[in-house]
Amino acid sequence: MMDKLDGNAAGGILQEIFPFEMTLVQTTCTGCGVTNAIGELAVYMHGMGTIMRCPTCDNVLIRVVQAKDQYWLDMRGVRVLQINSEM
Amino acid sequence: MSQGFISRGFHRRSQLSDVSGRIPPGQYLERGFPVLTAGPTQHTPLEKWDFSIVGEVDQPKRWTWDEFRALPHETVTVDIHCVTKWSKLDTQWEGVSIDTLLDQVVFDANYIIAISDGGYTTNLPLDEIIGGKAWIVYAYQGEPIAPEHGGPARLLVPHLYFWKSAKWVRSLKLSDHDEPGFWESLGYNNHGDPWKEERYWGD
Amino acid sequence: MGRLNWQLGEVIETQMETARSKSLSLAVPDWIGHQPGQHVDIRLTAEDGYQAQRSYSIASPPEDAERIVLTVERLEDGEVSPYLVDELHVGDKLELRGPIGGYFVWKVQIGGPLLLVAGGSGIVPLMAMIRHRQSVGSNVATRLIYSSRFYEDIIYRDELDHIASDDTMLELVYTLTRAQPPGWTGYHRRIDFGLLGEVAWPHEQRPLAFICGPTQFVETAASGLISLGYEPTRIKTERFGPTGGA
Repeated sequence: MMDKLDGNAAGGILQEIFPFEMTLVQTTCTGCGVTNAIGELAVYMHGMGTIMRCPTCDNVLIRVVQAKDQYWLDMRGVRVLQINSEM
Repeated sequence: MSQGFISRGFHRRSQLSDVSGRIPPGQYLERGFPVLTAGPTQHTPLEKWDFSIVGEVDQPKRWTWDEFRALPHETVTVDIHCVTKWSKLDTQWEGVSIDTLLDQVVFDANYIIAISDGGYTTNLPLDEIIGGKAWIVYAYQGEPIAPEHGGPARLLVPHLYFWKSAKWVRSLKLSDHDEPGFWESLGYNNHGDPWKEERYWGD
Repeated sequence: MGRLNWQLGEVIETQMETARSKSLSLAVPDWIGHQPGQHVDIRLTAEDGYQAQRSYSIASPPEDAERIVLTVERLEDGEVSPYLVDELHVGDKLELRGPIGGYFVWKVQIGGPLLLVAGGSGIVPLMAMIRHRQSVGSNVATRLIYSSRFYEDIIYRDELDHIASDDTMLELVYTLTRAQPPGWTGYHRRIDFGLLGEVAWPHEQRPLAFICGPTQFVETAASGLISLGYEPTRIKTERFGPTGGA
């Protein structure tokens, strides 16, 4: 049985792409408008990719696939990211 | 993504094998049945469940659970192949052939999009699901499909990578144009033939 | 901060903590330091290129500057944990990246009262917090509620008892869910709303809670604390799953 994880689990893959500590980054959901730290999102992570969902409405916020020396990143579920560049 | 430091004494748990010629390239034989999900397990009660064929059809068609279970059905034993490299042989499913369902609608379309509870989608050309290639199944190894494996019913398209066999399927939308689904829009191959290792875009 | 890169650590010491769990001390050149609660990702590569990757919490406090310690529980069905526990030995190199996870972090400056709720190997990141608190001589009021199956499964038991014996501001509550040794007077059931009600800080004190362990455990504990009036923003969770310790 696959369990969901907390946003911290996706910290590694996100920090491969973004040069910041990502789990503290704030995301606003396009589905329900709630803002959460990435560390608070529900993460579904397995061999196909990493899916991050809003803990309030389950909307997909961020999706990442990594294969063949590429990343595919979809952040359509995020209205805006708030990144503290000191992190 | 770097090559990686070779860890002394580490090897994959299951050996790659092509012993019987039934395991596609790059796959290994799995005896369990791993569950991979992109979201929370769906639990649709049977009294709320229905299945529809919509889109480029003269008349959309809908079946309740009881109506669906009354349709002609069959039991098939097939091998399944996940893009994460596991293959499972001789899995037995019971359900309704897509041919049986499409016989009940008048349509003009070249593509289908399978739509599931929870929002998952996958796309297929029409000729990949007709002619005895695909089913909507509701039993696995003689038992109702468990929710974590896609119950009450899932799509079964065993000749393609298993992400195409959408769990918790609720409708097929017939279309004259292709619409990449959940994984197909995120780097996974639009077609997904395991025998040609069509895993990702550009394969 | 910069993008994470894979680094090579060297195993300088190993120690069995319980029959199934082992602590690995790693020397990591150019380690930038970490905060209590953070984790690293470990990557194993076989000769044929096959790779497996898992996350493990750092058990050592940041004050322990010479090395980082990971405590790994060997899972029956695991791919990576059996290698780390049974095969890896002193002198071997291990590929890792980190530290990761600024969200699930506690340092003494954040204050308390602190409630730590651990299920099985979920104790690891919380132990980093306890060791950090101990290292800097802090007296932030702290309670650890730690659920294990058997007495012998309690990871760091001797060290925890020793730290607590000298520290009136640190309280330990163990619960053993499968079997208890003769004379056991402690809890002997899974953590639930009732148990939390008896031992957690009252919500009026605005405690900070960190919960770590298997998903079901975490969800039960989190909803229990919310029912007790804890503020949701003051509850942080780290669920272990297939990517955590398998």
